[in-house]
Formats: sequence, C-alpha cells, structure tokens
Amino acid sequence: MSPLEIRTSSEAEKTVRGVCQDMARRLVSHPQGTCPVDVTRGLIALCRTQTCGKCVPCRIGLAQIESLLDNVLEGTATDADLAHIEALAENVRISADCAIGTQAAEMALTGVRAFREDYELHAEGRCLCTSDHPVPCVQGCPANVDIPGYIALVKAGRFDDAIELICKDNPFPSACAYVCEHPCENTCRRSFVDSAVNIRGLKRYACDHETPNRPTTVAEPTGKKVAVIGGGPGGLTAAYYLTRMGHSVTVYEQRAKLGGMLRYGIPNYRLPKTLLDTEIEHITSLGVEVKLGVSVGKDVAIADLERDFDAVYVCIGAHSDKKLRIEGEDAPGVVPAVAMLREIGDGTIADLSGQDVVVVGGGNVAMDAARSARRMGAKSVKIVYRRRRADMTALAEEIDGAIEDGCELMELVAPAHVEVNDEGKAVALWGQPQMISTVRGGRPSPKAASKPEVRIPATTIIVAIGQNIDSGAFEEFGLPCKWNEIQAQPDSSIPEKPGFFTGGDCSWGPATVIRAIEGGKVAARAIDTYLGGNHEIRCDVDIPAPNLADRVPCGRVTMKERPGAERSCDFELCEIGMSEEEMMQEAGRCLGCDHFGYGAFKGGRSRAW
Amino acid sequence: MVTLTIDGKEVSVPEHTTILNAAYQAGSMIPTLCYLKDINEIGACRICVVEVEGTDKLISSCNNEVAEGMVVNTMSPRVVASRRETMALILSRHKSECTTCTRNGNCMIQRNAAALNITNIPYPVEYDQQKNPTDFPLVRDASKCISCMRCVSECSKVQNLNVWDLTRTGSNAHVGAAGCRDISEAACALCGQCITHCPCGALSERDDTQKVFDIIADPERIAIVQIAPSIRAAWGESVQLPTEEATMGRMVAAVRKLGFDYVFDTDFAADMTIMEEGTELLHHLKEEPGQPMFTSCCPGWVRFLKAKHPSLVKHLSTTKSPQQIFGAIAKNYYAEILGVDPAKIAVVSIMPCVAKKAECAYEDMDTTGTGPDVDVVLTTRELGRMLKAQFINVRNLPEEEFDMPLGEATGAGHIFGATGGVMEAALRSAHFLVTGENPDPDAFSAVRGCEGWREVTYNLAGKELTVAIVSGLQNADNLCNAIENGEVDYDFVEVMACPGGCVGGGGQPIHEGCECAAERELILRDIDTNSKLRFSHENPSVVECYEKYFGEPNSEKAEQLLHSDHFAWGMPAARQQ
Repeated sequence: MSPLEIRTSSEAEKTVRGVCQDMARRLVSHPQGTCPVDVTRGLIALCRTQTCGKCVPCRIGLAQIESLLDNVLEGTATDADLAHIEALAENVRISADCAIGTQAAEMALTGVRAFREDYELHAEGRCLCTSDHPVPCVQGCPANVDIPGYIALVKAGRFDDAIELICKDNPFPSACAYVCEHPCENTCRRSFVDSAVNIRGLKRYACDHETPNRPTTVAEPTGKKVAVIGGGPGGLTAAYYLTRMGHSVTVYEQRAKLGGMLRYGIPNYRLPKTLLDTEIEHITSLGVEVKLGVSVGKDVAIADLERDFDAVYVCIGAHSDKKLRIEGEDAPGVVPAVAMLREIGDGTIADLSGQDVVVVGGGNVAMDAARSARRMGAKSVKIVYRRRRADMTALAEEIDGAIEDGCELMELVAPAHVEVNDEGKAVALWGQPQMISTVRGGRPSPKAASKPEVRIPATTIIVAIGQNIDSGAFEEFGLPCKWNEIQAQPDSSIPEKPGFFTGGDCSWGPATVIRAIEGGKVAARAIDTYLGGNHEIRCDVDIPAPNLADRVPCGRVTMKERPGAERSCDFELCEIGMSEEEMMQEAGRCLGCDHFGYGAFKGGRSRAW
Repeated sequence: MVTLTIDGKEVSVPEHTTILNAAYQAGSMIPTLCYLKDINEIGACRICVVEVEGTDKLISSCNNEVAEGMVVNTMSPRVVASRRETMALILSRHKSECTTCTRNGNCMIQRNAAALNITNIPYPVEYDQQKNPTDFPLVRDASKCISCMRCVSECSKVQNLNVWDLTRTGSNAHVGAAGCRDISEAACALCGQCITHCPCGALSERDDTQKVFDIIADPERIAIVQIAPSIRAAWGESVQLPTEEATMGRMVAAVRKLGFDYVFDTDFAADMTIMEEGTELLHHLKEEPGQPMFTSCCPGWVRFLKAKHPSLVKHLSTTKSPQQIFGAIAKNYYAEILGVDPAKIAVVSIMPCVAKKAECAYEDMDTTGTGPDVDVVLTTRELGRMLKAQFINVRNLPEEEFDMPLGEATGAGHIFGATGGVMEAALRSAHFLVTGENPDPDAFSAVRGCEGWREVTYNLAGKELTVAIVSGLQNADNLCNAIENGEVDYDFVEVMACPGGCVGGGGQPIHEGCECAAERELILRDIDTNSKLRFSHENPSVVECYEKYFGEPNSEKAEQLLHSDHFAWGMPAARQQ
C-alpha cells in the first residue's frame, strides 16, 4: 500500500471542531460582569485541553496555574500565591516551546495584572462581581432600551405599544431602526444557539407599521427653563425627556434644520429625511422651542444662556474635519467629507458627473461619502485606506454596500501628497503603498512598504479621517476641555460650572447615534434632579407572556437591499424591510432573557427611570 | 378564561394563571422549593418543572403562565427523572445535618427529598465555606444554603433593604450579604423575614436558649420573664398546640413551668408606652405642628430608618419600646419593690422578633449601670424549643394568671402585636387625655386592616389629626420618600417592620407558604374585645406605677428611664454616608 493517503476527518474530529465553533460564538457573546478570576481559570482549563503534552511548562505549568487560581477562588490564596501565579505564568510564557503554552500563559498574566485588585479581594474571601446583567441586549444598548419587551410586542402585532416602549428610553426609534450600529446584537445570547437576533430589523418592522402620531403625555409644567445647545440626536433626546418631565426647553441649532449628524452626516439612502422629519416633529410638537440658525458662542453669548436658563445642556457634536496634513491638501477639489455630507443634508447635491473621486478613510463616514459620490454621478470612486479592509472601522455591511454600489477599495495605501495642475486644482492623489505590520494597541498597524508611490487620478478628493469638536467658545467660557472634548462627570454634570451639563460626541469624541441618545437621557435625569425634580419616565404597556416554544437552531433573517446598479443612481432608501413571515420567525428566535434565566429573578424589566 | 389539559384533565382558569396554580386546580400536585408566592416566582430550583406537549424543554410551572389549548403533563417519566436528578444536585450542595437543625421536621429540603424518594446522593457533597458571625442576632449557615433566592427576594421586594444578594459569579455564585460584606456590616434591620421565608435552616436567629436555662438554674438570680403581646397569638404553633387550646393562661402556665420566678406581661409595658408616647404626641402636636411623629416600638423600623433615612430620625418618638420600658421598670421600680440589687435580677423577653435581640444590647439600654435592662431575648421559636426540651406537656397544663403588678394589661396593650394596634391604643388614650372622657373603645377601628399603608383622619376635640399606619419596610420606605418629598403630611405614624406587625414577626413560628399575620391578629383583637379594661390609662398597675414611682408621664424620672436618645448609636450604612 502507498504511504500516502487522502486524509479525511473522523466523526470525532468533525464533532470537536463543531463544538469549538459553538464555543467560539459563546465566548464572543460572553456575559458581562463575570468574575475575571473565574473566567481566567475556566479559559486556562480549556487551554490545557489544547496542550500537545510534549513540553513541561505547558503540560504541567498550566495545570499548576489552574490549581493556584482555584485557591484564589476559594479564598485560600495568600499574597505570596498571587506573586507565584505571576512568576509561574511568566515562566511558562518564556519557556514554552510553542504558542499553545505561550499564549495561555499570556492570558493568565494579563488577568493577574489587569485585575490585581480582584485577585487580592479574592484572597480575602471576597468577590465583588455579581450577575447583575441579566438581559445582554438591554445591557449592550447604551440607552438600555427594553429589547425583549418590544420584540414580544412586535411578534404580537402591537407595533404602537412597541414604539411606546422604545420611547421610554429612546425617542428616536425610527432613526435607530435604520442606522443604529446595534451594539445590542453583539451580546445577544441567541449567539449561543446560532447567531444574534436581527434586533434592528425587528425594530424597523415596528416603525414601518406604527400608526402615525405617537401620543405622549407631558408632566405638569415645572416653570424651569432649560437650554439645549445642539439639535442633534443627543440634544433632542434631552429636550424630549426634559419636556416630558414638565420643564420648558429651548433648543439652539446653528444650522437650518434639526437633526445633527442624522441629517448632516447620514445620507438619505440610509435614513430617509421624511422619516427623520416626522420623528423630530414628534419630539418638538411636545412643546420644545426651537431656534434655528443660531450659533451659540457667536450669535448668542453662552453667558446669556447661563443667565436666562436654569440649566444648559451642551451637545454640539463633532462637526469639523480632521486634516491629512499632506502637501496640496488645500487645493480646490480636496473637500472634507463632513462638509460634503452637510451640503447634501441641506439639499444641495453637487454634480460629480465624469469625475474621478477618491475618498480617504475607512470609517462609516468614508463609506457614506463614497456611496454619496456614486449617487452624484462620479465616474469612479476609490476608497483609499492605509490599513486592510479587515481593519476598517466601518460596519461590514456599509463596506459591502459601498462595493456593491460600485466603489473600489484600495487597501494599504497611505496618502502622500496631492498633485495639482497649473491652475492649482487637484488632479491626483499620490499614495505610499503600505504593508500590514505589528499589532499596536490591539490593532495591526501599517508601515511603509518598499515600493514606489502610486498615482491615483482624482479631481475630487474627499477626506474622511475623523472629526473634530468646535468647543473653543465653551472652553473660553470656562467649561473644562481636554483635546477639545468637554469634560463631564458620568452623570453628565460639570462640577466647574453648576447648571451646565454635556454629553455626546462633543464630550467623548465622534461615536454613534445611540451613544448620543444615551448622553441625552443621562443628562435629562441629571438636569431634572438638579432642578429639584423627581420625575419618572415610565411605560406600563402590558408585555405578552413569554414564548415557551423550544428554540431550535434557525438562521438569522437579514434585510435585503435594492440591487447596486439600481440604487447607486439615486438617494432613495437602499434597505428593504422584513416581510411579515420573516418578522414572525425572527421575533420567535428571541430567547426572552427578560424571563428565562436571571431576568426572572432580578433586573429582567425596568419599567421606569 | 383559558382552557387547558393537565394530566388528562381539562380545566378552565383565568388568564395569567401560572401552570402551577392551574395544576393545583386540576388536582395535580407539583412539588416546589424556591417558590414563594408573589415574592420568589423565578424558576430557580427547577423542581416544579412540567412537560408541555410540543416542547422538548421542561418548563418551570411556578413562573410560566397557561395558554389556550396547552397540554401539560406534571408526572411524565421525563419530569419525574428530572426532578429527582435536580433534587440530588441540590442535596450535593447542602449540609444535611437534620438531627441538629432547628428546622428538622419543618424543612422544604427534607420534605422534597422524601417526597421525591431520594435515598442516595450520587455525588460528593461539598458546600459553601463562607464564614458568618455567630454572635450577630441573625445567623447564616452558608453550608445549608441552597441559593433558592427566597431571602434575596424577600429582603429586596418586601423589605426593600437588599441586604442579601447573589454574590460572586459563574458556578461560584452563592447567596450572601450583598457586596460580600459581613452581615453585621450590612444595613440589616434584623426584621427576620428572611428567616421565616427560608426553606431550610440556612438562616436562623442566634440561639440564646442556653443563656436562659443558665439564668433559671442560677439560685442567686431572680429570673423574670416578660411575654410580648403577639406571643399569645402564636406560641401554640411552636409546640403544635391547636389555637383553641393555646390560650393566654396556658401560655403563662407553660412559661412559669420553665422555672421563672415571675411571669410578667410586656403588655403592661405597652400600656406604659401609651402613657409616655401619648403624652409626647400631645406635646408634639402643640410644639411641632405639621411635623410627623413616628412610633419607636419596633426596633427593626428604627434600624431601617437610621440606615436608609437618617434625616428623619429626629421624628422618632423618644419613648422606648415596651420591651425596654419593661426592662427599665423591672430593674428600677420592681427591684425597689422587691428590695433587691438590680444586678440580681435577670430579665428575659419572649419576643416575635430578631431585632429585639439587638435592641436590648444597645448601650443606652442599661438604666441601672448593672448591665442591660433586658438580659436575654428569645423568639417564639426559641420558647417552643425550650418547652420541648423541658418536656413540658403544655396540653395538660391548667391555665394560670400573670404575676402582679407587672402582669396587668389592658386590651389596648394586647393589640400592640398587630399592625395599627399601637395607633389605636394611643388614640384611645389621647382622646381621654384631651377631652377627659373615654371614647368608644372601637371608635378608632378604621386604623385596622391589612393594607400595607393606611391613612385616617380624626377629629380630636376640634382638631384634625391625620395618622398613617404602615407595615413592611417597602411600605415604610415609600412613606419615608413621600414625607421627604413633601407629598404627604401626617401628625402621627405607626410603623412596623414586619408585614402585619409583630404577629407576622421574624421571630414567629414558620409555616411554609403561609403568611399567618392576619389569622394571628384576630386572636389579639378577640382578647382586646373581651378585656374588661380597654384603655391603657385605666390599667390600675400603670396608675399605681406613676403614683408610686414616676409621678406623671414624661416626668423627669420617666424621661430618664423610659426614653432613649436615638442619636446615641448609628447603623453601619448611615455611618458610611
């Protein structure tokens, strides 16, 4: 018989591989709040099963680390034992022959170093971790929207109730139904079974099927006046809840319309402006006074607001652009993405017919700019990014969308300089080819490859490498700033200026819509308390009984988009919502963590805040 | 109505009924362990699982509702096997030392293990090693705790104190004092409701029975016992004596049989409390109108207030609780009558309460300088254990009277043991003090009831008097918040930490799945109705005590012995603030 054979996997190998894949998904959705010592011990135990058994440090060392960690968990470890764990793990790390041992030891080391205090507490017989994060999606949502609650309502066909429940924590159900980055899905426990529930899709179904006009009750007027500076999602969220609490709110917006980045950053094909207008109208119709085209710090002095209002919420976002700092950047033809998207938001759609467009950047704004450029008639759109596609910060579906729209990705090219013609106008972007290199700060970093610069012809170069905060006037006024970010306490208050509160992009740098909403909600609570109020935002809609059906593995329904060739010619909505039967199946996939598991005991449902 | 089939039998039940309750209605018995009606319906122990046709997974019946057309099997082979396996798992983490456990014979673990026919635990038995203090009035034996979460739910949902929690994570998770603290460092009111709702012996009061046996056996000491109002409504349960046989007279005889020299009645001190607190109230209404005055006889409530609402402590009546008034009188007035050194007297209390064990040890509860006015506090359960240990056949005892003079009490003193009782007794005498005439003793019956927070307005000699009666600490917390937010305005507020008052106290006999406060209250109400005297101020022994010793209520001597300084000690949580 020949010594070579075609290798086939045994049933056992296939099963182990499958189980490991299940475990990998489970680890990705690991519950929050678990004890780091316990988790490390469990992972080391898993690592031990991967040891080949040849080398001493890995075979025996990991076993000894595990047993020392057991002592820590049992509260019998001494300070000397903690030092011993560290020394032993370090020795396994440097003496193991291969990555199996080295990386396991590295994990143990990371644990004992990063969570030293927890380890020490355990040695005293204490552990401060508790399982108080019963509903992973609610915990994952910055605004803590009652997701299992509204999924059950959507499944029951009670869309208005679902919207009312969402509005308890988030006054932008429609905007989030279309553009939320859905961090809730990252921790969805359904991943333990197959994959996360399409939460955003279900929310969209509710929004697409609600009856117009959302009835909302407003508390008795308190006579207190609050100024909100910035009419973006964060400012309007604060305005919405403060108005519901009975305070009199005035929103100052420097642009012609409300919406902030929802209007001036996110193109219509992702979030139709008609929907946004309706949603904003719902908020302002509660009695919010709006002053458009007023720039606080220029048209109105901040001190005047301080004098005329009982509290001020500063929520100005991050609307100015970051520079590339390369030669030729100031040439006509080079435009910041935020400026371009702002123009589109105001309804001015420039004609890019026949132009070669280059977009610099790998985030969501870069994708928005590139996809918009296609819709503005550009002959070609190239997205130039200095890292790899896998390293892009944009959502995967946005990158896919851009490619399907006909944009071209150029990975591993760093902008070097802009070539201008005799008139000084940009004609090309020169880029330095990169290669991916060592991991720094958890991310692989690029370094210049030994290759000559490449020329990328371009008459329009859109720069989307980040945004800045225009907080100068506020810093001058006396609000503490660090790298232009306005500094606040976790409850959004600013101790240096009592009565002032801040949150959103201007406080923590460019982030997501849902985080801005979180900021507005937190600020509303803090401002209400500051004004001597104790108002509750509550929703008592009756939630349908838990679904007792077995949860058999079932694929996740994803939403389809209009074909690339068709949609890239207009600014109309791309994404197509779920059908009723898709909605019913998807809603049925929800495991109901509000009822099954810890949620039945504690924290399953918060009716009010 | 929802129609479903349970074990082949069709039943119709209202919507939202749990499968468990529907099964009971259909005549099917489902075992439960962690289940506590309305309080702990969380499906944690998984003993109550049933099979629902069409689903592979078993469903916990205590916290899932019926649905139209549902077909339930409560005893399929899969269900029975699963329950037995689960019970064996529970037993592998429970220290089964039933012979020396105070809950022997009254334990849900025992009951379930027997009912499920568990004759062997196929696992090594390991249990939680957490150490807990044994000198604190509330004792927790971690090795017996099965983390059913009942205490956590009781403490958070009913008492709103959140003293207990599920601590640690993963499979190391175990019930313990929240934040992994020592229980004595937590803001525990010592209401003892966690004990009466624990399914097994993991939680108990500190056993002080031996101290009492020693006092009785000491020929040098005069052993005095006082019996709290609510004991007469529940003591029989602790010795399995039917209510109709467990009379007050038989209780006195039984306690005397233990060997005490004098058997006195805390209800006498309750009448004294009314004289002091009633006078204080009238003074308060005049001097501080618009401010509430809180009763202070419940030490659980006092501890709670200090821990959670320290800013309201100033509103507490300074009058000591009946237990401490009795202790002070016994070691001063009565010592004088006997002509003995108070150090020779030992006062034992029988209380429905765990907090009383802490109260008697507070520093300012020593009026003679010879040691605590009350030496040892026993719960009703400990009394039962002592009677059993002495092999006293209570059933055959002829009824006896309390000793005099500290054994004389009125109906007003007797009702102190139920929610609204202190208020009613106070109003009866306040009416007399203001008008000089006795009202109809039942004129204030509107303060009675089982609602957790009641409010009544009376016209007292032309003046409006708004009173509130609260029991259970969640209700007390709501009340305190409302007062702090200026939402309510009361003149006088009675608060009892335990739902229903002392008859539902944390030191009372334990009955699984049964809240007995309302039933026991009826016994006290009966005693009041049938009392010859129903006004505290008419208690001849009280009148005599003032004539011979204190002069008048709130006199200098009374202030010195019968009142306390609520700022003399603080709770751990308040200290942290």
